[in-house]
Amino acid sequence: MNILVVLKQTFDTEEKIVIQGGNISEDGVEFIINPYDEYAVEEAIKLKEEHGGEVTVVSIGPDRAESALRTALAMGADKAVLVDDESLFGDEFTTAKVLAAVAKKEGFDIILGGQMAVDTGAGQGGPRLAEELGINHVSTAVKLEIDGTSVRVERDVEGDLEVVETSLPVLITAQQGLNEPRYPSLPGIMKAKKKPLDRLSADDLGLSADEVKAKTEIVDQILPPTKQAGRILSGDLAAQASELVQLLRNEAKVI
Amino acid sequence: MKKVLVLAEVRDGQLRNVSLEALAAAQIIAEGGEVVAGVFGAGAAAHAAILGQHGAASVYTAEHEALAQYTPDAYAQAVTQLIEFVSPDAVVLGHTAIGRDVAPRVAARLGFGLVSDVTGVEAGPVFVRPIYAGKAFQKRKFNDGKVFITIRPNNIAVGEADASKTASVVPVDLEIKDLRTIVKEVVSKTSGKVDLSEAKVIISGGRGVKSAEGFQPLYELAEVLGAAVGASRGACDADYCDYSMQIGQTGKVVTPDLYIACGISGAIQHLAGMSSSKIIVAINKDPEAPIFQIADYGIVGDLFEVVPLLTAEFKKVLV
Repeated sequence: MNILVVLKQTFDTEEKIVIQGGNISEDGVEFIINPYDEYAVEEAIKLKEEHGGEVTVVSIGPDRAESALRTALAMGADKAVLVDDESLFGDEFTTAKVLAAVAKKEGFDIILGGQMAVDTGAGQGGPRLAEELGINHVSTAVKLEIDGTSVRVERDVEGDLEVVETSLPVLITAQQGLNEPRYPSLPGIMKAKKKPLDRLSADDLGLSADEVKAKTEIVDQILPPTKQAGRILSGDLAAQASELVQLLRNEAKVI
Repeated sequence: MKKVLVLAEVRDGQLRNVSLEALAAAQIIAEGGEVVAGVFGAGAAAHAAILGQHGAASVYTAEHEALAQYTPDAYAQAVTQLIEFVSPDAVVLGHTAIGRDVAPRVAARLGFGLVSDVTGVEAGPVFVRPIYAGKAFQKRKFNDGKVFITIRPNNIAVGEADASKTASVVPVDLEIKDLRTIVKEVVSKTSGKVDLSEAKVIISGGRGVKSAEGFQPLYELAEVLGAAVGASRGACDADYCDYSMQIGQTGKVVTPDLYIACGISGAIQHLAGMSSSKIIVAINKDPEAPIFQIADYGIVGDLFEVVPLLTAEFKKVLV
């Protein structure tokens, strides 16, 4: 089975956000594989272990994104593609067009990715990419079973579980709970250094910057107002509970 | 003056509140133009009155059997055809399980941009949305063509209903074919429970609940308040509860009127998911817990003592 995983390198979720000159500062930031994409990488490797085939991990991003791809290779992916051509960076429209070009070039039976990235939180990548390729998608998967070309997915829908049947080729987006991503082993890390990583440009993909030009634009980035620490109640616990209920009713007026 | 289409959503026979919020957003985008709504599924026309009272001049209904249960296939076709039929300048959906799944697919099909998970609409129009789960916000605008957004529930205020306003109901015939995904079964884990994303009150537990049974007092408090129950990553990772309850940068981002954090220390990734709540209450044994720095009210104490006391107090005033 030819398995493609699309992933993004994101800030570690424990990072605070600093804005300098309207841009988000990357100074001293730890980068990770977007956690939802990490589930996708793990699932891809499990599919390969079960059905055979090859796992290709794909990312769009600057040079630093190579380390996220190397981590996926160390987990067990076979090869990687990095689109580091800045003329192909844009919004969600752009990203889907570029990933679709990579997918067509590489070929696939199944595409896996996270249900969203924890940085932009847009959640558009999976459904958009599936549409660009004219294939089915099933999002927020918590269980995936493949038998021949039949695909059975259990998906999380606002807390309910939906059982969906479809067929290959298909794009699946991963929700938390799909699996427990493995840690790369030391031999895995050593091997990953020698696994192939292709860097692709607009020319390699037969794309022009104009046809993938972003449809939307960021006009500003701001931090939320800092919240002031509130009041710590005192007295015996029963009195505090009673006071809290009164405050929520009469001062905050939320009950 | 623009024409704005709101795609309203019905769940368990009820019009979702986010659809009324979408009508409010649509009024801002329309700048005095026309706001219309679309509703899919059997009995869709029954919701036309309330949509009209909240500003929809027309309500387009489609009762196709393929729309009884959401599938990306059927809904992408239906939404695309409705947009082509209505030909609006802007389209607004709720950022719900359906909206977040179908909108990107439709946007790709029509070659549109899409700004998803919008929490504010400003003149221009400029759209405000959280990034890094609310650690920061970005403002976005559309460069060309259509405006297409999904809005996060609980963030845009619903306008006053005007009982004198009515919407004309326009049934639409849709052609839905070549379905490739089938929903075999829906296992309801939330029946009778309040959905986290739309909950006005959330009671949330962290590692401090110590076990799956430890959530019981939280459920009892939630029942009195009509609240949803959530959890921190710590509680989910420790297997005290299902991942579908997780609130944080991984997990759900919530913005209720009242968030009561029980035994949650306040890791940055959790705060990202809940710090936009209007009022935050923290209950924790550790007075140094970071959660107290963003809480409006704090009680330093054992949640297993404090939560039952709160339940009893709320019962006194609410029953």
